[in-house]
Amino acid sequence: MALLEVENLQTHFRTPGGINRAVDGVSFHVNEGETLAIVGESGCGKSVTSMSLMRLIPEPPGRIAGAIRFAGRDLLQLSDREMRAIRGNDISMIFQEPMTSLNPVLTVGRQIRETLMIHQGLDKAAAEAHAIEMLTLVGIPEPKRRVREYPHQLSGGMRQRVMIAIALACNPKLLIADEPTTALDVTIQAQILKLMLDLKRRVGAAIILITHDLGVVAEIAERVMVMYAGRKVEEAPVAELFRSPRHPYTQGLLGAVPKLGSSLTGTATRLAEIPGQVPDLRKPIIGCVFAGRCALATDLCRQYAPGLEEKGPRHIAACHYAAKGAVAA
Amino acid sequence: MLSYILRRIVATLPVMAIVALFVFSLLYIAPGDPAVVIAGDQASPEDVERIRQSLGLDRPFLIQFGSWVWRILHGDLGTSIFTNLPVSAMIGQRLGPTLSLMIVTLLLTIVVAVPLGVVAAWKAGSLIDRAIMGFAVFGFSLPVFVVGYMLAYIFALELEWLPVQGYTPLTAGFWPWLENLILPAIALGCVYIALVARITRAAMLEVLQQDYIRTARAKGLGQGGILFIHALKNAAVPIVTVIGIGIALLIGGAVVTESVFAIPGLGRLTIDAILRRDYPVIQGIVLLFSFVYVLVNLMIDVVYTLVDPRIRY
Repeated sequence: MALLEVENLQTHFRTPGGINRAVDGVSFHVNEGETLAIVGESGCGKSVTSMSLMRLIPEPPGRIAGAIRFAGRDLLQLSDREMRAIRGNDISMIFQEPMTSLNPVLTVGRQIRETLMIHQGLDKAAAEAHAIEMLTLVGIPEPKRRVREYPHQLSGGMRQRVMIAIALACNPKLLIADEPTTALDVTIQAQILKLMLDLKRRVGAAIILITHDLGVVAEIAERVMVMYAGRKVEEAPVAELFRSPRHPYTQGLLGAVPKLGSSLTGTATRLAEIPGQVPDLRKPIIGCVFAGRCALATDLCRQYAPGLEEKGPRHIAACHYAAKGAVAA
Repeated sequence: MLSYILRRIVATLPVMAIVALFVFSLLYIAPGDPAVVIAGDQASPEDVERIRQSLGLDRPFLIQFGSWVWRILHGDLGTSIFTNLPVSAMIGQRLGPTLSLMIVTLLLTIVVAVPLGVVAAWKAGSLIDRAIMGFAVFGFSLPVFVVGYMLAYIFALELEWLPVQGYTPLTAGFWPWLENLILPAIALGCVYIALVARITRAAMLEVLQQDYIRTARAKGLGQGGILFIHALKNAAVPIVTVIGIGIALLIGGAVVTESVFAIPGLGRLTIDAILRRDYPVIQGIVLLFSFVYVLVNLMIDVVYTLVDPRIRY
């Protein structure tokens, strides 16, 4: 059964230059305990999607429409109070910037305690004990000392561990990780990913992983959704997507990943890039959103937007020319 | 921490020395000969000369300064030319009302201005925000004496809720003491409240954009907890700074306020002393105010370390 069902999510912002359709009609679901990756380049609406799920978009200037059903309840219909009871408790979030996501003037312990005291009704002493337990769990040495320290006394990797401790303190059913490793060293990235996977198994949480790092996707995701210009353009199980990407945009993304050691084995080629830029989302888009940057685009693409079609087993893509069943170039 | 405070106190000594030099020079910079003033209209040149000698005004500047500092260090601020009373005793008599007025104004400002600024930042751009900021401009533009007379007219003369003027010491009871201070505190606090509210709003607006506020919301915190704990503590450094700087405003404003509300405090003493060219009294008061200001700045630096753990000395 789906834990989260998002239907026709539209998040628009009123700006001086017109309405910015940051997310425009995206539908997807996440099963219990599943890891879904949302990928796409900067500005494609990944982060806005994740913020919309938590209703963290300031309204106005933002406006969220559609339906976000979490465990059967439409989050968009809840009162602010009901929504607060879900944030940090049933659904929690890890952000990209560990250096700035923790409050610099409150102790680490206090910041973990808070969620426990709000959602689980623990008293200060019990919350403190649980906070130390959480720090141990996320692999922070000397948790009893660290709990009394401030964020500036911790390294970036440590701070992201603290963020994970906060996010998982109340055993959420869904964890949204918005580029959790982007700001970290490569070695720390691997540690944090492993930690997230371990904890996911322990807690049984589903994860939505927002990233532009396809290496990370291959590592931990089960299913992948590709977004472009505020829309979903392709979705498939991770192995299927890497083996036979159908949408030209996805193919471009995969082609843009450098292959380690290729210059040594003599297979080096010039790194592929996707020409052009993401279209201006404040202007109405006629036809396929990717047509302006696509090598295969024809008049058909420029006039009629392709719908999401089944292109393979559990594999959908929005492209007029993506071959069904066949392996694309 | 303790060693830092001690070092800071030592560092204030040169500041106080320079202040003392300026204060002492007043006697020479200001027009008019104090000996002539004290002697009065009927005095002969011999009388003036005698007074000049008895006050030591005929000795070299540095010698006069040295002996003046020496006496101050022993707690002797000199004797009033006009009343012949020790300056320290005169100041001591007037300290209570002024201190009371300043403390009540300070508390009133913090209690009113900070929440106003926080709400304005939270509701930035809304009608509430514009109303609060409009009030701030209003409060900023009105001179203390205008506000003072308006308040006295409305609340004391017309409505008769509060006394028109005067002062009752705290020893006579809390309410009689406070009753006399409410209107002066509002009059004196107007500019100060406007200033602190504006700075609080600006500091909060900046803080509310930060990533950790988003984190706090993602944790399910209520609006009150986000604003007054997560955000305000981060915005505290500029707010505390302005509250401290504002004490200088209060000192200046107290002089006018005390005149309007007939409060027998240091402000009134200052005016009287200036009008009579009573230099020892003027010097004593200016020295005291400077000392208080230096002390307040030291306190602000200590408060910084309490609100922001990243500040360590």
